[in-house]
Amino acid sequence: MQHYSGFGLFKHSLSHHENWQRAWRNPTPKKKYDVIIIGGGGHGLATAYYLAKNHNVTNVAVIEKGYLGGGNTARNTTIVRSNYLWDEAAHLYEHAMKLWEGLSQDLNYNVMFSQRGVLNLGHTLQDMRDIERRVNANRLNGIDGEVVDPQTIKEIVPHMDCSDNARYPIMGASWQPRGGVARHDAVAWGFARGADSFGVDLIQQTEVQDLIIEDGTIVGVKTNRYGDIMADRVGSVVAGNSGVVAKMAGFELPLESHPLQAMVSEPIKPILDTVVMSNHVHGYCSQSDKGDLVIGAGIDGYVGYGQRGSFPTIEHTMQAIVEMFPIFSRVRLNRQWGGIVDTCPDACPLITETPVKNLFFNCGWGTGGFKATPGAGHVFADMLANGEANEMAKPFSMYRFHNGALIDEHGAAGVAH
Amino acid sequence: MLYIYCPHCGEHREEEEFHPKGQAHIARPLDPDNCTDKEWGEYLYFRKNPRGLHHELWVHAAGCRKFFNMTRDTVTYEIKEVYKIGEQPSVVADS
Repeated sequence: MQHYSGFGLFKHSLSHHENWQRAWRNPTPKKKYDVIIIGGGGHGLATAYYLAKNHNVTNVAVIEKGYLGGGNTARNTTIVRSNYLWDEAAHLYEHAMKLWEGLSQDLNYNVMFSQRGVLNLGHTLQDMRDIERRVNANRLNGIDGEVVDPQTIKEIVPHMDCSDNARYPIMGASWQPRGGVARHDAVAWGFARGADSFGVDLIQQTEVQDLIIEDGTIVGVKTNRYGDIMADRVGSVVAGNSGVVAKMAGFELPLESHPLQAMVSEPIKPILDTVVMSNHVHGYCSQSDKGDLVIGAGIDGYVGYGQRGSFPTIEHTMQAIVEMFPIFSRVRLNRQWGGIVDTCPDACPLITETPVKNLFFNCGWGTGGFKATPGAGHVFADMLANGEANEMAKPFSMYRFHNGALIDEHGAAGVAH
Repeated sequence: MLYIYCPHCGEHREEEEFHPKGQAHIARPLDPDNCTDKEWGEYLYFRKNPRGLHHELWVHAAGCRKFFNMTRDTVTYEIKEVYKIGEQPSVVADS
């Protein structure tokens, strides 16, 4: 792998940047792998990277039906935070946060992780009680956070309407300074390049059409371009399409797939240097380095696989954003899109063994998977390497919906669903 | 924007008047006291989540407030039919 550095940039400038090595190979798959990962998004690529780096499992293929990082990895609002309520979830997201903090150095790839802080607003007395409880729980778990009053919010975000004149006046917020945003494409590309450098085969434009299961054990996958590819273990990391892969394997998951929308405005000069989220009026907003306001909406209530969203949802979101930021009322929207998120009844993911031996799923991240990308990959790689859940993954088994040990994170999830 | 025919009102109305209520035809266990944890869990939480034809329950929340069923394609969002509670769908998936 070609090492990226300032000196390298200078050196290549002398040859007009025409001799850069490709970031990853485009290999023809082998007949058999130790591990096949279905899905080449951020989570799948991170899994492959940590499998190779931490567990020395390099005979790995990532099979992606489109192009790398072209699904939800490219469609989210890039927010990273770890202020979750329950210990199990807080540990998992904080694990991811710690990896984020060293990720650019680890990958030798600038993921543009910017810890600009995340505000979660409260507009009612109950919101404020929930926020105080969550912040206290966070601090007990060693996660940074504080409860801030409207005056402090006004200092952090001067353009926000913190007056009593709003339809739902802002009563306070939780503030996680270590939260922020990262460049989503760079995360996928950095992990892809890292995994490829260890010898992982990234197979793009190849769809897994069926699973090969013998006596309740998975032995390989059927693909549309390369026929059967065998594997000792298979990990499915396909987000919205998890139900489709589960159906191939012959079981159901406690998931429903919904379109989740996001949109960006035209680029404007720097105006918002943090991330603002509101559960109550429901919208979240940050400003990208390019200058566009990145705005996130809620999910459509019905099951949908069309990667777009409904118009009423856009309207509700814009109402919320303009309510919080009256100054944005004349900014024009540039683009709008949708991604398919697999929501779990308790708003926590599934990192799980399944009824099929050697088949594992990492899914159910719903509306908040991006922030967990390195952590999820790290934990799921451990599961694929050892064939069982480690301490961090154990609570996220799909069988918690049989024994009742749910982890209710609807409050911290931040997106209504 | 879905344009939905309410079988109770006999009219097409816009999506915003309605609420989706999830998968239809989920039968409550007949003998709930003797369900295993697995059976309860699957009744409460495990869903079909199909990519393609789906039968789902809707309520005309800002209209007649009555429930009805819908067969809808989850990829194209085309509404194939609506039918009342207790009726069976006439459009069903192949497999």
